[in-house]
Amino acid sequence: MKDQLDFMTQSVTSGKMTRREFMGKTAALGISAAVAGSMFARAAEAAGPVKGGTLKLGSIGGGSTDSLDPAVAASQVPYHNLYQFGENLVNVTPEGGIENRVAESVEASADAKTWTFKIRKGVEFHNGKPVTAEDVMRTMERHSNEDSKSGALGIMRGIESMKADGDNFIVELTTPNADLPYLMADYHLMIQPDGGFDNPAAGIGSGAYMLEANEPGVRHMWKKNPNYWDDTRGHVDEVEIVVINDATARMAALQSGQVHIVNRVEPKVAGLLDRAPNLTVRNAAGPGHYVFIMHCDTAPFDNNELRLALKYAINREEMVDKVLRGYGSVGNDMPVNAAYPLFDDSIPQRPFDPAKAAEHYKKSGHDGSPITLRVSDVAFPGALDAAQLFQQSANAAGIPLELKREPGDGYWSEVWNAQPFCASYWGGRPVQDQMYSTAYLSTADWNDTRFKREDFDKLLFAARGELDEAKRKALYSQMGMMVRDEGGLICPMFNDFIEATSSKVQGWVVDSTGDTMAGKWSHKCWLA
Amino acid sequence: MHPVVKLVSQRLALGLILLIAASVLIFMGTLILPGDVAQSILGQSATPEALANLREELGLNEPAILRYFDWLFGALQGDLGTALTNGQDIATSIGRRLGNTLFLAFWAAVISVPLAIFLGLLAVRYRDRWPDKLISAVTLASISIPEFLIGYLLIYFVAVQLGWFSSVAMINDSMSLLEKLNAIALPVAVLTLVVLAHMMRMTRAAILNVMQSAYIETAELKGLSTFKVIARHAFPNAIAPIVNVVMLNLAYLVVGVVVIEVVFVYPGMGQYLVDHVSKRDVPVVQACGLIFAAVYIVLNMIADIVAILSNPRLRHPK
Repeated sequence: MKDQLDFMTQSVTSGKMTRREFMGKTAALGISAAVAGSMFARAAEAAGPVKGGTLKLGSIGGGSTDSLDPAVAASQVPYHNLYQFGENLVNVTPEGGIENRVAESVEASADAKTWTFKIRKGVEFHNGKPVTAEDVMRTMERHSNEDSKSGALGIMRGIESMKADGDNFIVELTTPNADLPYLMADYHLMIQPDGGFDNPAAGIGSGAYMLEANEPGVRHMWKKNPNYWDDTRGHVDEVEIVVINDATARMAALQSGQVHIVNRVEPKVAGLLDRAPNLTVRNAAGPGHYVFIMHCDTAPFDNNELRLALKYAINREEMVDKVLRGYGSVGNDMPVNAAYPLFDDSIPQRPFDPAKAAEHYKKSGHDGSPITLRVSDVAFPGALDAAQLFQQSANAAGIPLELKREPGDGYWSEVWNAQPFCASYWGGRPVQDQMYSTAYLSTADWNDTRFKREDFDKLLFAARGELDEAKRKALYSQMGMMVRDEGGLICPMFNDFIEATSSKVQGWVVDSTGDTMAGKWSHKCWLA
Repeated sequence: MHPVVKLVSQRLALGLILLIAASVLIFMGTLILPGDVAQSILGQSATPEALANLREELGLNEPAILRYFDWLFGALQGDLGTALTNGQDIATSIGRRLGNTLFLAFWAAVISVPLAIFLGLLAVRYRDRWPDKLISAVTLASISIPEFLIGYLLIYFVAVQLGWFSSVAMINDSMSLLEKLNAIALPVAVLTLVVLAHMMRMTRAAILNVMQSAYIETAELKGLSTFKVIARHAFPNAIAPIVNVVMLNLAYLVVGVVVIEVVFVYPGMGQYLVDHVSKRDVPVVQACGLIFAAVYIVLNMIADIVAILSNPRLRHPK
């Protein structure tokens, strides 16, 4: 078998075998997909990146209203643009670790309250100025000061003070946080000259690509930054991000060779696309989840028996099959899964159990009036279908569920976080602490389930300051159980990120931390 | 005052009033929509503080009426302001987008208008015989299929399978005219199919209507050929209704092609307007709305003026 493997890896190295052929053949030898995937990546890597060319992404989520200001980036195209010109202090690696970028080293004090980021020497902004600790501090200031409109404002709250000391950027926290570097990897926090105070939307950063053309809602062109400090990243001469919001048009653009990569492949076409020659579907199990949220403080959802009844009345397997077409995994009514470091996979999976659902429903003493679930397809793709499946399985358990279709326009302001029971979506966060602090801490801005529990908050703060991993894991496990059994979240499924590439794209890495290799496709891929 | 001049000036005044009314309606419409621009920009990641800060920065705390007049006086001085969402200069962005829209509309019109009139004449010439029936059947079929479906069919067969044209009709300044024409070939084909039937049927009906007149009978009795009767005697008298329907379709080519722009990823006005409506970016929506209203008003005015000029009773008042 070793000979065969050697031969196959050689074929990959010399570009004679595609990833799919390789995966198929290794599967025949009884090698698991995960192992084969990393073998392929190593073999392709061994051939070495090819420099040059224009790498094109056809992306959903762009509009003529888009800006390059990192503070207001909320959809996919602005997100990808940020990764072209900008760079964080640190990145989260595909394995969930921390990798230093603008920071050369990261050190925490013993109590995890003081963090020192040493700024890398020789990193330059596109305008020729060197990146200093001062710029880093100004950037963090812009995202955390009182007039900030930044999407990162929520995660910047635990900071007591910041200072630039020579080459060091030093952060003092109000309470200990062992995960601070993960927060610094947030995509809003791209380091900008003087923090971007004067012209935040100029597209100037220290990243691998420099702005060439900026036509919001149409396309964004980036060219290689000749002074980029890291030779192992950024192989192509030019990167083009083409805005293609229409799913059919996006797939057609990939098939006709006008773009090399498309994101947000719909599960229902992924299988068909994968069969096409010269195309590869790339999916990665991620932390994103499709959910139904109940307000724990609003009748009738203030009754835990009713919440449990609804949780048992949902058929998770069926949803993964029919809504995600298998491109995903079942959820367990908590917002975290195996994509997170320190996840406890011994927590039992909640099954679909109509009998148990009926029992809890009876215990809840609900008067039998219909329970209204508000839904729109902007909540997540296939939300209407999922809600209908939910309605059927709940009715089978004797729970009268009524669907109310809401307009997609204004859904996030009028329905989500406003109505007591609706469909929603969470993209996930790099670490459990951030996920829980964003949406489950009593004081969280986006506590969309109105889950307010002092004992939960205490556990969260304890875990945040805990540097012993085993102890942290136990604390997170306890918190997960609390949300699962008493929270307002019904989480039937975690969706995969599904992208598709032409076979010219090499160097693809399965990265479960975000959409399209967590934004690093242009840094790590090259054109064969 | 000469009745023609009087009619035209009345039209102009009416047009201006309509424009102002349209701007008020558009402004009120955007106020009724749920959420505001700050909420839309920040989306699901909006914290109350970030929202308040952004509202302050964008001046959304000022009364609506004040914002409306601010905008109106700016627009009268030729200053459309900057987009609330990304701070881009509205006039510059619209200029580029409008140019693209007009480019697409121009080529669709250059092909569809003469073709429609020619086919209409042909249908009259061979009335109730197979060419007439074939033309009617094909054009009616094409207008009955939703335009996005025609678009997808063309994309699948012509772009993906045959690879003749690109499925993404994205044009930019660095392209030559030939490259641009190649890029817009498919959307132009769809638009032509969509507007052809309407204009063709109107041409046919208008000429047939005139053909019932006594002077046509005279012309026929003079022994003129059928084609000459149609071209020299019937067509000039059917110009007014034909121009009317042509103008209506030209207006559609400029303001009604959002679906085609989405399917072919074409950077025109429609997509630009839709993006800004969904973000509640009122100044841009106003500007686009006014331009669209102006296109309709001006084209209809031209149709009316042509009708007036082609009417001898108005041209030579007693």
